[in-house]
Amino acid sequence: MTGPSGPADPTAAQDLDVDTVSVELAGARLVHEVSLAAAAGQVVGLVGPNGSGKSTLLRCVYRVLKPAGGAVRLAGDDLHALSARASARRVAALTQEHSAEFDFTVAEVVAMGRLPHRRGFGAPADGDRERCAEALRKVRAGHLAERGFLSLSGGEKQRVLFARALVQEPRLLVLDEPTNHLDIAHQLEVLALAREAGPTVLTALHDLNLAAGHCDLLYVLRAGRIVASGPPREVLRPALLAEVFGVRATPVRHPGTGAVQLLFDRLDPSAPLDRSPGA
Amino acid sequence: MNRAPANGAVGPPDRRIPALPLAVGLAAALLLSLVCGVAFGFSGIGLPRVLRLLGAGLTGGRLEADEAAAYAIVWEIRLPRTVLAAVVGAGLAATGVAVQALVRNALADPFVLGISSGAAVGANAVLLFGAFASLGVWAVSASAFGSALVAMALVYLAARTAYGLTPLRLVLTGTALSHGFAATTTLMVFAADRGEAARSAMMWLLGSLGGATWGSVPIAAGTVLAGLAHLGCAAGRLDGLAMGDETSAALGVDPDRLRRELFVVTAAVTGTVVAVSGAIGFVGLLVPHLARMLVGAAHRRVLLVAPLAGALLLVWVDIASRTLLAPAELPVGVFTAVLGVPVFLLMMRRRGHAFGGRS
Repeated sequence: MTGPSGPADPTAAQDLDVDTVSVELAGARLVHEVSLAAAAGQVVGLVGPNGSGKSTLLRCVYRVLKPAGGAVRLAGDDLHALSARASARRVAALTQEHSAEFDFTVAEVVAMGRLPHRRGFGAPADGDRERCAEALRKVRAGHLAERGFLSLSGGEKQRVLFARALVQEPRLLVLDEPTNHLDIAHQLEVLALAREAGPTVLTALHDLNLAAGHCDLLYVLRAGRIVASGPPREVLRPALLAEVFGVRATPVRHPGTGAVQLLFDRLDPSAPLDRSPGA
Repeated sequence: MNRAPANGAVGPPDRRIPALPLAVGLAAALLLSLVCGVAFGFSGIGLPRVLRLLGAGLTGGRLEADEAAAYAIVWEIRLPRTVLAAVVGAGLAATGVAVQALVRNALADPFVLGISSGAAVGANAVLLFGAFASLGVWAVSASAFGSALVAMALVYLAARTAYGLTPLRLVLTGTALSHGFAATTTLMVFAADRGEAARSAMMWLLGSLGGATWGSVPIAAGTVLAGLAHLGCAAGRLDGLAMGDETSAALGVDPDRLRRELFVVTAAVTGTVVAVSGAIGFVGLLVPHLARMLVGAAHRRVLLVAPLAGALLLVWVDIASRTLLAPAELPVGVFTAVLGVPVFLLMMRRRGHAFGGRS
């Protein structure tokens, strides 16, 4: 059981350092001076309602978008000052992009993760094949290697793309809703794999119970700003959830493990807002 | 978890053929076809004699006095024409692969996107009005290249939205603009008011290798080979781009930069090819598809097989175009369409999933 560890030691060197980053898209500022940090190997979650800027911030971290202000540093290096290839050797991403026009095999899709590590003509290097096969085994998709990527179910695709991110051997793994399309068993498995894989993980998650169960630290985004951060249990209080997500949250204790889970109901608009901390 | 494919339309990749042996086979077939291209024609010269004349030309051997005419036909007419057919076929197939990755759509090719007809405008401006005369022998190629670039930029700018390129917009924009470019070519032909102009316009719109000389081979072959080399080096990055902009960026391939690169390569190769052969349709659409069906989608393999297959196809199409109704000559584009339309429809039925905007 990989429960959340305690709060990060503030004196430890931060691995990922998102420093007052603002992101603009088509003239609109979607992310406002967001700062967040993760120590090496930590799993940091980003939660917030739809449109709160989670994906936009993540896209800035894996370099699809340039920050309008601030910097994203990994182990001290400004990612946006590196070449695209050099940055991709440090940061891998599992994006929400699933469409593909061309029918690559699963093995070919996974092998693309070695692209930033290749030289010259970009021919596969020694050991690439082994790495790819191992990553596929890790996500329990070894049997899919010779299948066409387009023929896979949504969950299978997600696992294959996760394997591709693994063979990139990144220092930072960025996951944008990694549990989308996955059944419950694979949701738990992907998040456990992300932690076991070793790199620092920054992940956007919709499911707050998953976030609470798998992240060391949570940052709550609303309208492009961080409104709360800290260890999950301190962050996910009913008052905050009512304010940010507009839901009534009821903490309950798992009868077996004692872990706290949240139950959600619609906020009754006519009822007064209960701002007291969770029972 | 181990569900069957949703629609059963996806062929199992185990039918794939190893790319390297296939490429060797295609290269051998191409070599044989080049000899056939020289041997077949209106004036029957006969294969043994053709081989002897080719050998004589290569080794500087002696000719009989009565062989001068046959030698001229073989060396000055048929050989450059056949070599050029191979070069054009390889170039069209390669640019087809590049454009399809560029717009991430298997329905695209330089012809569909209006690049070919745009290049024809530039080439005709030189041929009919003597534009850019100061560039000498390079004038047609340079002008075709320039107008191919302009045509591509126009299509790209007209089709793009704030959220990138959608395949449907691109194909529609390309179709519309290519009609505009074809009309411009036709207008120039009328304005030029020369007897041969109408025939020349037909050639530009449907394609022909009838004007091939050794003079046009080095430029065309050089550009196509350089383009192929560049695309070959970019094969891995093309895979990334084909998976989507986000994925591409996450893999360290700047999608916008790669697109600009592909723009220039495609315009250069298409422009040069169109300058020597007119706008030949379907090759850039069909051959990449056939290559993918045979060896899969990885660009490293597609770019090995597609140019050879394109060269092979065009050599035979050219042979057909000048022998079937000899001495009359049919435009090459008629044959690529005759072959292309049914094959295309068949492929679309078999692999329908690959054409829609399925996400």
